[in-house]
Amino acid sequence: MKEATQMIVVLVLICTLCGIALSGFREMTAERIENQILINVQGPGVKRVLEGSQNDLIADRKKIKIDGQEILLFMGKKEGKPWAIAYETLGKGFGGDIKVMVGYDIDNDKLTGIQIVSHKETPGVGSKVTEDPYTQRFSGIDIDLEAAPGKRLAKKIDAISGATYSSKGVYEAIGKSLELYIKIKKQDLTK
Amino acid sequence: MSLLSVFTKGMWKELPPFRLVLGLCPTLAVTKSAETGLGMGLAVIFVLACSNVLVSSLRNVIPRKVRIASYMVIIASFVVLVELASQAYFYSIYESLGIFIPLIVVNCIILGRAEAFASRNGVIASALDGLGIGLGFTLSLTVLGAIREILGEGTFFGAQVMWSSFRPFTFMVEAPGAFICLGILLAVMNSFSKTQQS
Repeated sequence: MKEATQMIVVLVLICTLCGIALSGFREMTAERIENQILINVQGPGVKRVLEGSQNDLIADRKKIKIDGQEILLFMGKKEGKPWAIAYETLGKGFGGDIKVMVGYDIDNDKLTGIQIVSHKETPGVGSKVTEDPYTQRFSGIDIDLEAAPGKRLAKKIDAISGATYSSKGVYEAIGKSLELYIKIKKQDLTK
Repeated sequence: MSLLSVFTKGMWKELPPFRLVLGLCPTLAVTKSAETGLGMGLAVIFVLACSNVLVSSLRNVIPRKVRIASYMVIIASFVVLVELASQAYFYSIYESLGIFIPLIVVNCIILGRAEAFASRNGVIASALDGLGIGLGFTLSLTVLGAIREILGEGTFFGAQVMWSSFRPFTFMVEAPGAFICLGILLAVMNSFSKTQQS
């Protein structure tokens, strides 16, 4: 009996102390971790697609709700006026989800560009969709707001040979992004 | 055993991935580059040394029947500590190590040292044992990562080292390359210690 009590007491004590220490440390680092994720994961992509903005893109982020779905919206401003927005959507690639940051010029209904935020494609093959020669094909393309879903881009973009699945994943993400864009456009973005 | 030999045995005689052939999962998975190998090694040194110290100082308090459970709680806590700290301060390393940081919990080197060494020896000896084995593990991972990175990417710690027309041997940074590279290193080390013995 004495041995059993000792076992319980020691285990409970160790677990409790570890739990307290960890939750304390988590509290301490929570804010830094959130910032690090924004800066390192989405930051570089956002900066590229919203190039030319004069505001602090990470600080000016906001969350909006569309059809019950929460979207983290980044907004680029020139002379205090919003000119472009960017947000992330995902598509299915060959190795897993491809997260794509798509930027929109809201005055002219154009793509400012796309950047791949994260992916699990095969290095050297599917990973080519993350490289500039491919992503730049999307810069400056007009959006047809009236066209049917899937045909909203004014120009056809070639896929990368040997990386069909990866290219399709990127299109899928952009397709979802475009549908959201139409809904976001109806909202008042200056708020 | 003197304290010095407790510390240095992890460098060659009980070099974890090559001599003990323990901890192969992270050894194969995170050695895509010298940097990730080093990062993983440093995380393991921290967890190993800290858990060894704590296990050894609690060795007379923990009842034998629940010792493994207690060690696991202690190890897991230090691993979560490392995970949070790397996420907050070294994000790029955290990202490249990914799931393998939480998996340090089940790294058999750490539980193995807690059971085989720290639960039977004093605090100072246990700390040295943890540091020594951890350092050996780090060195092995860094060397393996460096070989794979130089052949697979033509870089070393991110800096270009091969000539400009060098075509990277991408196979080396893929999973099968890890097995082949580890096998060759094991063979070299075994034949080396064989000639040393005879």
